[in-house]
Amino acid sequence: MAEATTRLELEGITKRFGEVLANDKVSLVARKGEIKALIGENGAGKSTLVKIIYGVQQADAGEMRFEGAPVVVSSPRAARRLGIGMVFQHFSLFEPMTVLENIAIGMDQALDRRKLEREVTSILAAYALPLDIHRHVDTLSVGERQRIEIVRCLLHRPKLLIMDEPTSVLTPQEADQLFDTLRKLATEGCTILYISHKLDEIRALCESATILRSGRVVGECDPRVETQRRIAEMMIGAELANIERAPGRTPGGARLLVERLSVDTDEAFGTELEEISFAARAGEILGLAGVAGNGQKELMLALSGETAAPAGAIRLDGSAIGNLPPPARRKRGLCVLPEERNGHAAVASFSLAENTLLTARERKHLTANGVIKTSALHDYARRVIAAFKVATTSEEAPARSLSGGNLQKFVVGREILQEPLVLVVDQPTWGVDAGAAAAIRQALIDLAARGSAVILVSQDLDELLSLCDRLYVMNEGRLSRPLTVAEVSIEEIGLLMGGVHGQAEPTHTRAGDAD
Amino acid sequence: MRIRLEPRKAPSRLALYGAPIMAIALTMLAGMVLFTLMGFRGGAAVFEIFIEPLLEPQRWPDIAVKASPLVMIATGLAIGFRANVWNIGAEGQYIVGAVAGTGVALATYEIESAWILPLMLLASLLGGAVWAAIPAILRVRLKVSEILTSLMLTYVALQLLYYLVRGPWRDPEGYNFPQTRMFSEAQTVPNLLEGTQLHWGVPLTFLVVLITWFVMSRTLLGYQVKVVGLAPMAARLGGFSENRTVLMTMLVSGALAGLAGMIECSATFGQLTPQFPVNYGFTAIIVAFLGRLHPVGVLIGGLALATSYIGADIAQTASALPQAATGLIQAMMLFFLLGVDIFVINRIRIAPCVPRLAS
Repeated sequence: MAEATTRLELEGITKRFGEVLANDKVSLVARKGEIKALIGENGAGKSTLVKIIYGVQQADAGEMRFEGAPVVVSSPRAARRLGIGMVFQHFSLFEPMTVLENIAIGMDQALDRRKLEREVTSILAAYALPLDIHRHVDTLSVGERQRIEIVRCLLHRPKLLIMDEPTSVLTPQEADQLFDTLRKLATEGCTILYISHKLDEIRALCESATILRSGRVVGECDPRVETQRRIAEMMIGAELANIERAPGRTPGGARLLVERLSVDTDEAFGTELEEISFAARAGEILGLAGVAGNGQKELMLALSGETAAPAGAIRLDGSAIGNLPPPARRKRGLCVLPEERNGHAAVASFSLAENTLLTARERKHLTANGVIKTSALHDYARRVIAAFKVATTSEEAPARSLSGGNLQKFVVGREILQEPLVLVVDQPTWGVDAGAAAAIRQALIDLAARGSAVILVSQDLDELLSLCDRLYVMNEGRLSRPLTVAEVSIEEIGLLMGGVHGQAEPTHTRAGDAD
Repeated sequence: MRIRLEPRKAPSRLALYGAPIMAIALTMLAGMVLFTLMGFRGGAAVFEIFIEPLLEPQRWPDIAVKASPLVMIATGLAIGFRANVWNIGAEGQYIVGAVAGTGVALATYEIESAWILPLMLLASLLGGAVWAAIPAILRVRLKVSEILTSLMLTYVALQLLYYLVRGPWRDPEGYNFPQTRMFSEAQTVPNLLEGTQLHWGVPLTFLVVLITWFVMSRTLLGYQVKVVGLAPMAARLGGFSENRTVLMTMLVSGALAGLAGMIECSATFGQLTPQFPVNYGFTAIIVAFLGRLHPVGVLIGGLALATSYIGADIAQTASALPQAATGLIQAMMLFFLLGVDIFVINRIRIAPCVPRLAS
């Protein structure tokens, strides 16, 4: 009977967030004891899909069958009762408490302390998981913390275990240990749904893979026999080859020179930058590709001046600016627009006019002796609104009243109309409708044509390949060697993004590479 | 069925400014019910507390004098609250300001000079600022919550006051009462209107409100405070230091509380006594929120609370209401304001229950 071997079936799962279709009629089948990979770029809909399976979110449409029977999973607790467990990317642990105390707190039903201890110990022994249950969590490594989460799941004797990017925070050794545990679980009949974008580990671990792109299933394959190129193409989109590239521009000298920039992070999930070096030249659009969380955020903060760097690590038109605060950098012509519109690039409850003051006051002289020039503020906001066709009632409207795309056009316009010598933008078309995205891309091209250097940080390869002259791939806080867009293969970018450095050793651009 | 609160996209202006009025109305209603249940004439008592002081012009100067320290302190606190800096210890800064001013007064005993009073006021500004600087520096350097430290320092300030008036600063001709010498004329904030309590501290408070309004709405400094409070990430991008904002707003709110303390001490008591602190520093927190953290709002909020103080005095004699009623009324005002605010910021959604597990 085929029914007997099927554990999880999804049919036509659809989930919409506002204008974005996160999951579009996703169907998927996982057998007993199967280790199945869910592959896709960031924003492809992997996390949404597993959150629906685990009951964190509810699907708008579609059916889920577990062990052959249709189920509605209304909450994670209901999922656990069915036998579905999930290990999230970020852990929910109380650091001052011991491992055992943390496990006890997470239990749905209170269990006798001694009985729980016996059970936890037997699970640790059965799966050869090294973990001292009486240690305090704050003394544990990330890998050990993850094991606590895994034990939490195993206590429920799961039939389906979901792992959301489990190795993103692990050392290679810890990752190997994790794979052993997962393989053992699978031989015992537990189904494992493994989310990742690291192709090499998927090939090592998984026996089948479902590939998601823009919320849709675009392919199924056996990663053990498929080439990485094929998987990368499916993940990124095979039609990429047909993208029309911008006609060759002739760039001038180096405008922004970054040399051996290293930044430590004190954030738990931050990425340290390791000797980043590149040059952005006048008149070019330089792309920085890569999966989110590989140091893009840290690089943006270092370029804008929100985190300090050695003076000489960043040079603008020859002068060292690495230790200057953001206003001084803007004054000299370096404008940086972060990815997050709400609360970073703009203040949601402020009017559009007030939002111009945030980053345009130096170059557009919006204050005099510390006093705000209200009319100058309004004039500039109106100019941005007109030039970028921002749909809003007036410049007095609060930023939060605008749609995502319109607010994005406004903040991009706010930077571009300042005519910066160098503009750095992070994901400028993320979550923006097609029309607005086209307008923003055109504005970037025009700015470069006027002689500015534009640095485009993006995860959207279509966008990078159609706009950029050269690009670097960021992975784990390092840059790849520079790739010329006209010559680069999709496979190469995909592999670099997935962290396969094989044929592309990271190299450092010297100043001489810039021309 | 499940009742949920859902954030509104943009709270309406009417609701935003109507909320404090709504809160006062609810306080009156609840007060009426409560006082009636306690066996008083509830309606009359509430009328005496909220309305009667406004109907008698001879009480207006009293309201202004009572409102003056509240508004002065709350104006400073509101600046900090805008930046998410929670100075809860204005009472302590109020005391230390008065102590510092009194120190100058005692040092200039038997000297007649026009410079003494300005010097006292300056000392009170510094005293309050120094007292507020302690929690500010602890927060900036060691990330200690200023809510706790500023509050705890209030009790330290109280003990300091008790020690001084019972020990080194006790009036040698004061029959061992725990109080300092009376201030001389040169050390007293002058009266403004003959025959009333009205003194020059009242117009000074008004001036502080005006300046604060200008700084907060028209200068980059005010913008900085608001951005730091609303969006710390955006503040960093804008180039505004959070630490500097914390220090600045703490020092300003401490200095204004200290100044209010000195004026109250000099104009109303004429000496430093243990009876002088009456929790204005805490009541000012209610005033700041009642005024929507806006200088002009704070002015109105301060007048409303001052009215309830004066009115509670009337109700004590007329309706035999206990003194604790004043505190009760103030607490209810804050309680209802916070309650009403939940509905200004959110709206109620009644959602059908998600069907339970159907396997």
